[in-house]
Amino acid sequence: MNGTDWRFKIAHREALIGVGLALFNFIWWFGFAYGMGSGPVEEYTYVFGLPAWFFYSCVVGFLVIAVLVIVIVKFFFVEVPFDEEQEDKR
Amino acid sequence: MNYAVLIPMIVFLLLIFFIGFWSSKKLATSSNFVSDYFLGGRELGGFVLAMTMVATYGSASSFLGGPGTAYTMGFGWVLLAMTQVVTGYFVLMILGKKFAIMARRYKAVTMIDFLKARYDNSKAVVLLSAFSIIIFLFSAMAAQWIGGARLIESLTGLSYNSALFLFAVSVLVYVTIGGFRAVALTDAVQGAVMLIGTAILLVAVIAAGGGIPNIVQDLINENPGLVTPYGADNNLSAAYVSSFWILVGVGVVGLPQIAVRAMSYKNSRSMHRALIIGTLVTGVIMLNMHLIGVFARPILPGIDIGDKVIPLIALDTLPPWLAGIVLAAPLAAIMSTVDSLLLIVSSSIVRDVFLNYIKPEAEIKTIKRISFGVTAALGAGVFLLALDPPDLLIFLNLFAFGGLEAAFIWPVVLGLYWKWGNKYGAIASMITGIGTYIALHFYNQEYGNLLGVHTVTFPVLLSLAAFVAFSLLIGRKAYDYAG
Repeated sequence: MNGTDWRFKIAHREALIGVGLALFNFIWWFGFAYGMGSGPVEEYTYVFGLPAWFFYSCVVGFLVIAVLVIVIVKFFFVEVPFDEEQEDKR
Repeated sequence: MNYAVLIPMIVFLLLIFFIGFWSSKKLATSSNFVSDYFLGGRELGGFVLAMTMVATYGSASSFLGGPGTAYTMGFGWVLLAMTQVVTGYFVLMILGKKFAIMARRYKAVTMIDFLKARYDNSKAVVLLSAFSIIIFLFSAMAAQWIGGARLIESLTGLSYNSALFLFAVSVLVYVTIGGFRAVALTDAVQGAVMLIGTAILLVAVIAAGGGIPNIVQDLINENPGLVTPYGADNNLSAAYVSSFWILVGVGVVGLPQIAVRAMSYKNSRSMHRALIIGTLVTGVIMLNMHLIGVFARPILPGIDIGDKVIPLIALDTLPPWLAGIVLAAPLAAIMSTVDSLLLIVSSSIVRDVFLNYIKPEAEIKTIKRISFGVTAALGAGVFLLALDPPDLLIFLNLFAFGGLEAAFIWPVVLGLYWKWGNKYGAIASMITGIGTYIALHFYNQEYGNLLGVHTVTFPVLLSLAAFVAFSLLIGRKAYDYAG
């Protein structure tokens, strides 16, 4: 095997995407929850009966992440073989 | 005894046993017993992989303890629980393809195999990690068994001890005979049961409460704190809730029972499918279960033991036969967590300690006998421990998780991606992680959380510092991943 394995480049890129996605997820979750939920309860607005901060942070947040995961996996993740013999002999 | 509830549950248990026996037949013809028993021969497909990760992770704490706390704390705890959605994609994306490739190259069957190969066969690394897995996961297991027994107790009216016995026997029988493949396959069934069960229950609870707006209004009338992110008593600070991103979110990468699943899949395609299914299923289950906990409050006020909220609300809002099916979900969650923990602990003993250092040349017959024996003996040990259980299930469980995360997250993640990481860094990181975790746990118990965040936060940061410092200071050498 010579130098760095070509598959590692893909693996490293996908791991970085994972970190980015988690950061985005955290900011969304935190921003809506504490941005909208910090005021007094009397001033809360409601969506489908749920407090708006909760609806956007947890319900919409989850849906957004789910869509992003699907898009990222379908369009940006590359299939690579895992077994050694399929691509190189040691 | 409530037979209408019991019959669906018994049918469910029988189904699980059947899968166990079926897998054991496959195991009998296997040519590589260790890899098959502890890893299912690395051939899990996407659906099974996703479900086994969700089911392993979705334990008694997410099905009984978590909703129970949501019942007391309100929406703030659901917010906290939703930090777990990240595990659905993060673990597989981070460990991802590199872990799969390296694990195959090293022929690793357990997470410790991986660490051993990565850190120059260091005996200290292997023994230290085996020791922490055995101690911490053993206590995590005890917490799960208590949850399982409580559930059976509140459903059947059996005494706690008989319920525990029933649970122990069910788990042991099929873990012992079927190994990882049985566990992963039953996890898939159990995951599906969890998904459907929670959905049915959520709908029933909303209907019983007269719709969501009605329920939320009832909560506000009782205590406005219940609908804020800060909890009923205003004691969930943003910093504390956010620190759960480490404990139940990204830190999960370091849990051996989760990491081992990231080396068990067949190919990239199964991994990709598992990413999507895992994220969806985790999110739906977590959201549903914890909302059920909150919504149950106006319908059934005054439940004092949190673990009983889900069983009681199911019995209250559903027809008995349906409650039986729905309550099979938490039972499924607990069983699937317990069986994977049991398998991890016994693989640490058999594979990592016994085969590495005590008797490397053991014959396959001996290995088989010892694997079954150790698994059974461990189960019996947990059973005895759970006979006299402590009350706060969820915290006992989290204690174990946090300790393991602090120990393993950097040796695994940096071992994969940072070529300068070496065995000195790994050893320092594990000792720092566990040591500071235990110390801080007692400090926080005494004086309140340091800087208002969960105990896991600082040990994870300190073990990172230790890993980097020791790797660079002692025996610095770039690791050759291609070698």
